[in-house]
Amino acid sequence: MKRYVIIGGGAAGTSCAEAVRRTDPQGEITLVSQERVSGYGRPLISYYLEGKTDIPRMSRVGLGFYERNCITALHGVGAASLDAAAHRVTLEDGRQLPYDALCLCTGSFPFSPRFEGIETVPRRFFFTTLEDALALEQAVTKESRVLIVGAGFIGLKCAEGLRDRAGSITVCDLADRAMSVSLDGQCSVILERHLEKNGIRLMLGNTAARFEGGCAVMQHGERVDFDILVIAIGVRPATSLAAQAGAAIGRGITIDETGKTSLPDVWAAGDCTESTELTTGQTAVMAILPNAAQQGECAGINMAGGSAVFTAGMRMNSIGFFGLHVMSAGTCQGDAAFCEVTETSCRKLYVQEGVLKGYVLIGDVRKAGIYTAMIRDRVPLEGVDLEAVGREPSLLPLGQATRRRKLGGVV
Amino acid sequence: MSGIQYLFPEYEVVRNDDRCIRCRVCERQCANEVHCYDEGRDKMFSDESKCVNCQRCVSLCPTRALKIVKSDCRLRENANWDSDTIREIYKQAGSGGVLLSSMGNPKPLPVYWDKILINASQVTNPSIDPLREPMETRVFLGKKPEKIVRGEDGRLVTDLPPQLELSLPVMFSAMSYGSISYNAHASLARAAAELGTCYNTGEGGLHEDFYPYGPHTIVQVASGRFGVHEDYLEAGAAIEIKMGQGAKPGIGGHLPGAKVGPDVSRTRMIPEGSDAISPAPHHDIYSIEDLRQLVWSLKEATGHRKPVIVKVAAVHNIAAIASGIARSGADILAIDGFRGGTGAAPTRIRDNVGIPVELALAAVDQRLRDEGIRSQVSLVVGGSIRSSADVVKAVALGADACYIATAAVLALGCHLCRTCQSGKCNWGIATQRPDLVKRLNPDIGSERLINLLTAWKHEIKELMGGMGINSIEALRGNRKMLRGVGLNETELRILGIAHAGE
Amino acid sequence: MKRVYVNEEWCLGCHLCEYNCAFANSGARDMVSALKGKPLVSRIRVEGDGRITYAVSCRHCTDPLCVTCCISGALRREDGVVRIDRGKCVGCLTCVLVCPYGAVAPGPDGAALKCELCLQNSCGAPACAAGCPNRAIVYEEREEERS
Repeated sequence: MKRYVIIGGGAAGTSCAEAVRRTDPQGEITLVSQERVSGYGRPLISYYLEGKTDIPRMSRVGLGFYERNCITALHGVGAASLDAAAHRVTLEDGRQLPYDALCLCTGSFPFSPRFEGIETVPRRFFFTTLEDALALEQAVTKESRVLIVGAGFIGLKCAEGLRDRAGSITVCDLADRAMSVSLDGQCSVILERHLEKNGIRLMLGNTAARFEGGCAVMQHGERVDFDILVIAIGVRPATSLAAQAGAAIGRGITIDETGKTSLPDVWAAGDCTESTELTTGQTAVMAILPNAAQQGECAGINMAGGSAVFTAGMRMNSIGFFGLHVMSAGTCQGDAAFCEVTETSCRKLYVQEGVLKGYVLIGDVRKAGIYTAMIRDRVPLEGVDLEAVGREPSLLPLGQATRRRKLGGVV
Repeated sequence: MSGIQYLFPEYEVVRNDDRCIRCRVCERQCANEVHCYDEGRDKMFSDESKCVNCQRCVSLCPTRALKIVKSDCRLRENANWDSDTIREIYKQAGSGGVLLSSMGNPKPLPVYWDKILINASQVTNPSIDPLREPMETRVFLGKKPEKIVRGEDGRLVTDLPPQLELSLPVMFSAMSYGSISYNAHASLARAAAELGTCYNTGEGGLHEDFYPYGPHTIVQVASGRFGVHEDYLEAGAAIEIKMGQGAKPGIGGHLPGAKVGPDVSRTRMIPEGSDAISPAPHHDIYSIEDLRQLVWSLKEATGHRKPVIVKVAAVHNIAAIASGIARSGADILAIDGFRGGTGAAPTRIRDNVGIPVELALAAVDQRLRDEGIRSQVSLVVGGSIRSSADVVKAVALGADACYIATAAVLALGCHLCRTCQSGKCNWGIATQRPDLVKRLNPDIGSERLINLLTAWKHEIKELMGGMGINSIEALRGNRKMLRGVGLNETELRILGIAHAGE
Repeated sequence: MKRVYVNEEWCLGCHLCEYNCAFANSGARDMVSALKGKPLVSRIRVEGDGRITYAVSCRHCTDPLCVTCCISGALRREDGVVRIDRGKCVGCLTCVLVCPYGAVAPGPDGAALKCELCLQNSCGAPACAAGCPNRAIVYEEREEERS
């Protein structure tokens, strides 16, 4: 009987475990999770604060997942070391787990630059795990002044989640715009206006330089008093276990399209990895849940002797703030081939080499998945009315034969 | 148009606004552009001047919010100058043109089928239950031997002239590809094959897609000779020479160039966009002898393997004409009555030329019997056969089989709005516009045709069983099974039937 | 299994499927009270241009991306049918981001909306197929060959 060990209980870990079980009904699966609760959707934590969900409903895998799939789950314990040659993982509590196939789904950890005086801040938080959210929930009162450092996805979702619980919320960022990684200035201004309309104070191009207890001194000299500080600058792949075992590592654990690392019988999936990005062909860390889930599934199938590849890795995001949806996928570089921007909405399509490479939608995001699929499948745009496609995504560019196969067959 | 040119719309679109959910299905489905939606006021509007009362919108409205009614805006009552007559005068005074219309004669002329009643057995000869006992509805069309012939060895000589076998005495009559759509043809072809009967290409040739249905296809040769070539003649189960058509006896046909798209052009072998004009006569036929030449030419061309049908409109001298045709070598004679449909005909011709097929049939059958040549031809009648009862009455009057076309297009969805000539058939039948043609899914069309004739077949068996007859052969020409009601002496004499009660 | 198949060839672009769908899922007893004066909330939609039209609803993929990528576990595949637990859905619309058919839509309440073959309403069989006037949408068994 084959022994499988999976380190990490996030989307990658649970998808991996499920895929292993589907492929190998007999094998012995052990899943190790540092957190006390696993299998929940990590991006749900802001919705939890917002009151849109609760802990029972947050489980991505559903009740009885481990029992149903005959998985031994070890919670609240991390992996301390990995001996790849001996095919053995040692846990923090000293237990040893021998394996025939191992998958590292260690995820990412919040990144924090060295702020001067940060240790003087009594109530500071990260915002990536359920434990973070629960701690924040405890700390925040209706009077709290919250300062969030970082106006990316995590910081802004945190702001949305906390708005009705806190007295005031300020989000600052070194970049001159919100969500600077995925939005250009034209797009981000739409989002910024919307956030401000909903009571979020933004300080952009101006981040905290140092902290003095409950006060942040900004780069431009202003002083911002706060009760609660959230550091949401970004995340970094958690690669130390792999590194210590000698795996090839770039910015994340290097994996090939089957999910395999450079170590024998060791796979990796999710936020801790780096792999080939579809639209650029370059290696990148793509720390998003859809990627993690698909990579985990792919690795799981291969670990159990099946055959799968995952080559569709790309950046994509669907996120909403106070009812305004923002979606983006792929690479948005150069001039947009289609661009339609209003006060409250935006549609931008980026085309290179005759195929769609990326898009940004704000406001009306209906059917955006058709664009995502066009990027992934490299649908040729020759002869396609880009104006029509830009205004409304449709299956027209696929051509009749493909549509007949897809809408008239099993997919 | 206003003032003297103005004609009040014939129909009114009545919309129950409490029910209308503004789904705009009516708007999308009306090729005549009657309905439109006003976004600003969130209201649907109807321009009834364009409405032809085809009922497409009524049929598709999901909340049954629509009905089309005859306008009650009336001209002053006048028994002599009825409102249709007056309107026609207005139209012609405005246009100077020949009035065009379609489908069959709508005038209240006598329908003899409705004045003929069928017999049933009581006591003395038992009726037959078709659910328990075999019933033969199969017929063979073609020349039959005058007498039994035995060879030198004493065995029966069985080599008959070519016959057309039908599982029931009903065929789909001629409607050309061009006048009706590809999907209408596909429906007819598939249904004919499934039912074991035949459909008829009309004068439009045979689309290459329908060659596989050849054993159930009658290929027509008409005065325009459209689409006629060797493979075409070979493809059919029988060849029909069309001399005339019940809806418009004495005149030819005209398919406007607008309907001659790439497919129709290829099938008819005429240039795309050109008018397809069928001359009134066949320019090589001016006598029965000429007709005989064409009949034999077609037989020669197909190796005497296929029966040849000659189709004529029911006109005054039909009995004499039929006699000539029977002697011309034709295997089957088809007679088309004046209520037969058409895709387009001059209104005056449609409404005033020709005679009822019931009288023509009775006269022809009698004449051929009198001359001792009845077995030389089979008789097929068409021109508004509306039900299985009409079929049974026709057979009892002497027909071997019937042709149906209007009933068939009704099964395909036609609502008899009688504006085929516009080419904007909302039901996808009498049109070549691709967006309209696709409205007729042949899966549905053929299924409905099969349903219709299957139902008729059951009814024919019931009616036969009631008369104590278990085979169509025993019904044919059996006029004793018929009685007339409300008919005068002349009518009864021509029909060869007694009055009810006699 | 029985599935909804779309025959583009026969689609009239009448949009009746959208209204039948909206009605079927409205819970109302008649279409007028379900739909009159209300925005159309449909799980199927007709798209196309002036020439071509076709209806698109959930294909119930064998490996549904929406299920794999769902952050809340609201989407799942049960007996071949992709179902949604709208109480679990937080409305992040990742499913809208990944569905290659555009068959998952944001619902009026924020949660995602998709075809569940009318299994979750009183119709029991897809109302779109039942009401299609030209069999452009059919609900039937076909020889299942993944394309």
